[in-house]
Amino acid sequence: MTTTVQLSEDVLALSTRRSYIEMNARARAAQLLDAGAFRELLGPFDRVESPWLPMQGIVPQWDDGCVVAKGTIDGVPAVAIALEGKFQGGSIGEVCGMKMAIALALARQDCERGIPTRAVLSLESGGVRLQEANIGELVIAEIYAELIALRKYVPVIVVIAGMTGCFGGMSLAAGLASYVVMTRQARLSMNGPEVIEQEAGIEELDARDRPLIWSICGGAQRHATGLADMLVEDDVAEIAHAVRTLFKRGQPARLRSDAHDLYIERLGRLDPAQEWTADQIRAVCKEQMP
Amino acid sequence: MEKLSFEYPASDEKPKRAHVGVVGSGDLEILLEPSQDAKAHVTVQTSVSGFAETWKAVLDRFFANYQGATIFDIRDCGATPGTVAMRLQQAVEVSRQ
Repeated sequence: MTTTVQLSEDVLALSTRRSYIEMNARARAAQLLDAGAFRELLGPFDRVESPWLPMQGIVPQWDDGCVVAKGTIDGVPAVAIALEGKFQGGSIGEVCGMKMAIALALARQDCERGIPTRAVLSLESGGVRLQEANIGELVIAEIYAELIALRKYVPVIVVIAGMTGCFGGMSLAAGLASYVVMTRQARLSMNGPEVIEQEAGIEELDARDRPLIWSICGGAQRHATGLADMLVEDDVAEIAHAVRTLFKRGQPARLRSDAHDLYIERLGRLDPAQEWTADQIRAVCKEQMP
Repeated sequence: MEKLSFEYPASDEKPKRAHVGVVGSGDLEILLEPSQDAKAHVTVQTSVSGFAETWKAVLDRFFANYQGATIFDIRDCGATPGTVAMRLQQAVEVSRQ
């Protein structure tokens, strides 16, 4: 007797899926660009690392946690920037931040010369690197300025896949992007849950309550409330396809950072004295959106 | 943080360069490049001080089977000896691809 095993579509999808989350920053950057087009700039062998970490007894990494690669996306020149969330929590120090800012500046200069150059950022970051505080903040300001200058020419896309998440300075960078792509596992928030718990107390927010945290700043909630444009599975092909779809769509009708009046009005509707569930927040956003 | 260095005799096999790993908790980063002389040079920068003997034991064992004329630049963030041994093997594998 022979039996035929019938696998459900969910199981088949899982077995054919290639996880993006499990990839390191270098592999992620390569996957966002066209196959074989990956050329890393200031890679680990160039040995440009943080001079500040060893002074504070912290082991640095040869690429300072930031991978910058030139290549193409659908044949169009592109730069991919990927942060390594496992090194110092993807924090932005002088070297890593300057690599991002200069890469964006070079893309903008190419655009000005009539060579449209796309930019896609894979952000996994806790924000500024506290050990390089002021310099870190300065380079983050440079990154913002370059994001704003570049997005006039081409859409700038931010991918947040997890599991580190995108917090602090880089959450604002995501806010400046033309489009944001998230997975369910990803989180996007100005202050991370640990920081809120530390500053406001565990009564305010229990950072270990994972369902609660993800219901506040997880990819599904951020997508439902309009802070992310696409919600994707943790799958390399799906993420690469989402990025290409958004570049094809061209400039967004309205940049998220230009919609400040919408967000100010939304904040006005949410009384902080009341405890809000994720569904209630979604309802307010839906009601408010045209 | 501690910096250690080691040296081993090597053949004239000059491997291609390789980069593996990440300086993340329990892991390490290795840069492997060909050396100019017939020796293998290893430098270790580790977040955990006081384990020079353990590093020597792991590296002695590794270089008993590997003779490439190489420079190994290691950045460690508290990896176990097992992880270190596997990352060393991985670096060599990548350098032969």
